[in-house]
Amino acid sequence: MSASKGDIKVMRSQLGRVRGLGAAKNGVEHWWVERLTSIALLPLTIWFVVSVIGLLGAGHVRMIHWVGQPVNTVLLLALVLMTFHHMQLGLQVVIDDYVRGPAHLATTLLNKGAAGLLALFAVVAILKMAFWAPAI
Amino acid sequence: MVELTLPRNSKVGKGRTFKAPAGAKRVKEFRVYRWTPDDDANPVIDTYELDLDRMGPMVLDALIYIKNEVDQTLTFRRSCREGICGSCAMNIDGGNTLACLKPIAEVKKAVSIYPLPHMPVVKDLVPDLTAAYAQLRSVEPWLKSDTPAPPDGERLQSREERAKLDGMWECILCFCCTTSCPSYWWNGDKYLGPATLLAAYRWIADSRDEYTGERLDALEDPFKLYACRTIMNCTQTCPKGLNPAEAIGKIKQLQIERKG
Repeated sequence: MSASKGDIKVMRSQLGRVRGLGAAKNGVEHWWVERLTSIALLPLTIWFVVSVIGLLGAGHVRMIHWVGQPVNTVLLLALVLMTFHHMQLGLQVVIDDYVRGPAHLATTLLNKGAAGLLALFAVVAILKMAFWAPAI
Repeated sequence: MVELTLPRNSKVGKGRTFKAPAGAKRVKEFRVYRWTPDDDANPVIDTYELDLDRMGPMVLDALIYIKNEVDQTLTFRRSCREGICGSCAMNIDGGNTLACLKPIAEVKKAVSIYPLPHMPVVKDLVPDLTAAYAQLRSVEPWLKSDTPAPPDGERLQSREERAKLDGMWECILCFCCTTSCPSYWWNGDKYLGPATLLAAYRWIADSRDEYTGERLDALEDPFKLYACRTIMNCTQTCPKGLNPAEAIGKIKQLQIERKG
C-alpha cells in the first residue's frame, strides 16, 4: 500500500498499462521447441537407458568402444544437446513465472549459462571418448 | 521474488458470529470474507448461521438473505440471479463460480465465501476487475473488417463457420477462469488470462473477421499468450461449462501454423 492515503504513484490508464510495450513477437519458438525436444527425448532417453542396461558390467574399454561407434556418438550427442536445451527452456518458464525484478535477469543468465556449460562438458566428454579412444 | 505468504495487510482474522434464529430447523453455517476500506483493519471471516427453510436453494439466495435480514453491511455484486450476467462470481467452497448457480446443498460442511482470488478487493466480496476489463479491451473483442457489410443485410456465415463460435459466444465474462489461474496470479499484469484469450480466439475464429493475422500478432508474446501453462483450472472452474484452455491451445496451434 502507499505510504499515505491518497498518495497515488501510477495514474496511467489501465488500458495503457495492459498494452504496455506491446507484444514481443516471440514466444512461439520457445513453446514449440520445448515440445519438439520433449518428443525427440522420448525415444532417445529410452534408447539410452536400454543401451546402458545392456552395458551393465562392461569394462572401461568396451564402454569407450561403444561410445565411439558413429551411431552411438551421434545419438549420445543428440541426447545431451536436446536434454540440456529442453532443461533450459523448461527452467526458464519456471523463472518467468516466479522470479520478478532485477533477480529475473540474473537467474535467467545463471540458467542459460549453467545449461550451456553442462552441455559443452558432456559434448566434450563424448567426443573425447569417440575420437581419442585408441590412445587409451 | 517469490511471495510465499499473504502480505501483512491481507492476513485474514476471525470476525463476528451471527447465531441462527431460535426455532431454526435446518441450520447451515456461512463463513464470509469481510473487508472494508473505511478502516485500516485486516480482513476477517464473519460467520452467519442461517435457517435454510427461510431462503431459496442457491448460495446467492443466502447472501441476499443475509443482506436483507441479518447484516445490511455485507457487500456483493449480483444482478440477474440466473447465470447470465456474471456479476456474482466469487470463490465458494474453494472454487470460483457464480453464487446464483451454486446450490447450497452441494456444499457438505460450512459454506465458505471469498471474493475472486488474487484481485484487489473493493469491499467484502467485490473484487476490482478494471485491469481484467482493460485486458479484454486490449484484444479488441469486436468485428474488424475492411469489406463493407452488404448494403441490404447482415454479413453471412455458413452453418460450419457459425458452428466454430459455439463454446465461445456463451462466455459471460465473469472472470471465474482468469482468477482461478495460477499463471494469472503470478503474472496477471502481463498475462492476459483465459477469459480474455477465449474472447480473443472467439474473434480469431470468426469467419466474418478480417484481422486474424493482426490479432495473432498482438498475442505473440511470451506472457500475453504463452504464460498459459495448460494448468486447466480455467476449464475446470467455468460455471458455464466452457473450455478456455482449448481456445488457448487453438491460438497456439495457429501461431505455429502461420510460421509455415
